[in-house]
Amino acid sequence: MPFGNTHNNFKLNYSVDDEFPDLSKHNNHMAKVLTKELYGKMRDKQTPTGFTLDDVIQTGIDNPGHPFIMTVGCVAGDEESYEVFKDLLDPVISDRHGGYKPTDKHKTDLNFENLKGGDDLDPNYVLSSRVRTGRSIKGYALPPHNSRGERRAIEKLSIEALSSLDGEFKGKYYPLKSMTDAEQEQLISDHFLFDKPVSPLLTCAGMARDWPDGRGIWHNDNKTFLVWVNEEDHLRVISMQKGGNMREVFRRFCVGLQKIEEIFKKHNHGFMWNEHLGYILTCPSNLGTGLRGGVHVKLPKLSTHPKFEEILTRLRLQKRGTGGVDTASVGGVFDISNADRLGSSEVAQVQLVVDGVKLMVEMEKKLEKGEAIDSMIPAQK
Amino acid sequence: MDYNQGATMPFGNTHNQMKMNYSAEQEYPDLSKHNNHMAKVLTPAIYDRLRSKQTPSGFTLDDVIQTGVDNPGHPFIMTVGCVAGDEETYEVFKELLDPVIEDRHGGYKPSDKHKTDLNPDNLKGGDDLDPNYVLSSRVRTGRSIRGFCLPPHCSRGERRMVEKLSNEALDSLTGDLKGKYYALKNMTDAEQQQLIDDHFLFDKPVSPLLLASGMARDWPDARGIWHNDNKTFLVWVNEEDHLRVISMQKGGNMKEVFNRFCTGLTKIESLFKEKGHEFMWNEHLGYVLTCPSNLGTGLRAGVHMKLPNMSKHAKFEEVLKRLRLQKRGTGGVDTAAVGGVFDISNADRLGFSEVELVQMVVDGVKLLTEMEKRLEKGQSIDDLIPAQK
Repeated sequence: MPFGNTHNNFKLNYSVDDEFPDLSKHNNHMAKVLTKELYGKMRDKQTPTGFTLDDVIQTGIDNPGHPFIMTVGCVAGDEESYEVFKDLLDPVISDRHGGYKPTDKHKTDLNFENLKGGDDLDPNYVLSSRVRTGRSIKGYALPPHNSRGERRAIEKLSIEALSSLDGEFKGKYYPLKSMTDAEQEQLISDHFLFDKPVSPLLTCAGMARDWPDGRGIWHNDNKTFLVWVNEEDHLRVISMQKGGNMREVFRRFCVGLQKIEEIFKKHNHGFMWNEHLGYILTCPSNLGTGLRGGVHVKLPKLSTHPKFEEILTRLRLQKRGTGGVDTASVGGVFDISNADRLGSSEVAQVQLVVDGVKLMVEMEKKLEKGEAIDSMIPAQK
Repeated sequence: MDYNQGATMPFGNTHNQMKMNYSAEQEYPDLSKHNNHMAKVLTPAIYDRLRSKQTPSGFTLDDVIQTGVDNPGHPFIMTVGCVAGDEETYEVFKELLDPVIEDRHGGYKPSDKHKTDLNPDNLKGGDDLDPNYVLSSRVRTGRSIRGFCLPPHCSRGERRMVEKLSNEALDSLTGDLKGKYYALKNMTDAEQQQLIDDHFLFDKPVSPLLLASGMARDWPDARGIWHNDNKTFLVWVNEEDHLRVISMQKGGNMKEVFNRFCTGLTKIESLFKEKGHEFMWNEHLGYVLTCPSNLGTGLRAGVHMKLPNMSKHAKFEEVLKRLRLQKRGTGGVDTAAVGGVFDISNADRLGFSEVELVQMVVDGVKLLTEMEKRLEKGQSIDDLIPAQK
């Protein structure tokens, strides 16, 4: 159910009541916030690229949500969406990002040296470390809304930027539409390949249009730095490696990101950023840092402890299965990452992961020895 | 026709205002791996000429073709790859759609006229297809309500109005046609189960062909199923078309099925007209529907029939072709036959009238039954092979 059909010229002939979506069975941030009044106020507005309120909310209408998982239910089609539709998006942002106010300022800190420790997470427990974020290129509409011409221009710029990287970042681009079978196999084995989205959360927002045109994967020769082009965001940047050296992963992340940003700036297409929302991305849940820093860690005992969820909440961490979002854990191995995106910096969020994982590994060791962990339960961060 | 209504309407000339900053070449879709009617026809030059246009309701070329871009097609099955968002689509984008129509509908030319004939008395025979072979008979078509955008493009307000008008029309049917409407969004579990058992329930489309064109937006808002108490006349509201009308029953009495079909349709049309609404129709394209493949009559008349021997005969495909029929599995389009039972229906939609198409089915099924009986007895069917209709 992609895009574009919401630019129907006749709909303003119908009353707000006639056009207001039925959200009675819905449980997502958009449905919680969007009243008839708000709908009436914004329904005839559009951003400079032509993104309308109905475009913003279509995914949330088509995906009523889940009683346990609170999805966002709305997307941005361009940088201006967050301004033109602030009456809807500010409350959504506040709800999703722990009370973040329209007047709040977001701090960006990509200086990896500000991270304390993080190079010694116990590899007997921490199997791998990873940091990802997204970036949007200024001057182009976002994946729910961009045209083929725009998407291809983003791909072209990205290839130029990435091709000029050297040293540890030297690598190669694999466009989805002309990948050989062998290349595809290799990318799958490396767990790098991304495929056409199947999640209706994404397809209903129009992100899969024209697949696989303009999409591709770039990675360095060492396979520790990876960029997805034109998937859910213009760019998704990932730094990863086996073991527990999160410090190294974060260093490479920051250095690589900054190199890429410089090159885009030279072409007068810097990243979308402002001092209130930080980095602007397609999904309101990824605003701010857009950063998810995490590890795959063995916690067979801690994960069955009654206080596991409570500990995670206090450490401002979240758990996922090893398949990523909405998957189950396998063999007691969990994906543990920062829960926050907006309102704290990159360094602060990765610090939470480093400190939190250290503590949880200590707890796991205690539980292995049959000892209590009550004295170690942390205060709310 | 260039509808630049940016001055008076809040919505601009193209939905994504930025795309006109890019050349036609930069915006032209990559159709190199595609096999559908749209991809065969759409050249960069045509794209260039049409890309700045929109219909009065704002449907653009990219809207028309998105489903064909997103669904490259299949080497064996030629999909259409484009849809209409309103009645005017077929005019504004005729440079693309006329060749697609011609290709899909056996050479139908832009100057051709289509004949509508919904008089069931004009059908000869059809009441005696052998029920030992013909298990069920069915006729379906679609109808679009003039003045509203089609499912790929309609707003919630429009869709709800189509539902409201349909309900009013269907509620006033009487006699054999008297029935009830079941809105998808507040069906009880019991109602849902019954509709499934009756094989009436339609669900949210899963086919990417449909999803990519925007037809499933806002599901299940304003979608529903109406059927008569006898369960022989069924109307789907706001699925792939505004209305899908189906007449069906067990056994081989296609004449009765077609009678009911014509009577019901004509009645519904007059009820809409009383309220000042008509069906989209013109003398070139007949009934205007969402998919170009359904133009003309929009009619698919068919039977489920047992052809275990005939279906294995070397000339089966050839026979069907000459009879202007097509086969499907009993699950409908793109399904396989089960137990030698096939869905046999007319292949044409445009350029023939309803009566003519149902006549082809009736005559063709009769012949296929004869052939099956011959083969059962181990006899040859060579003398029965028909000429091309």
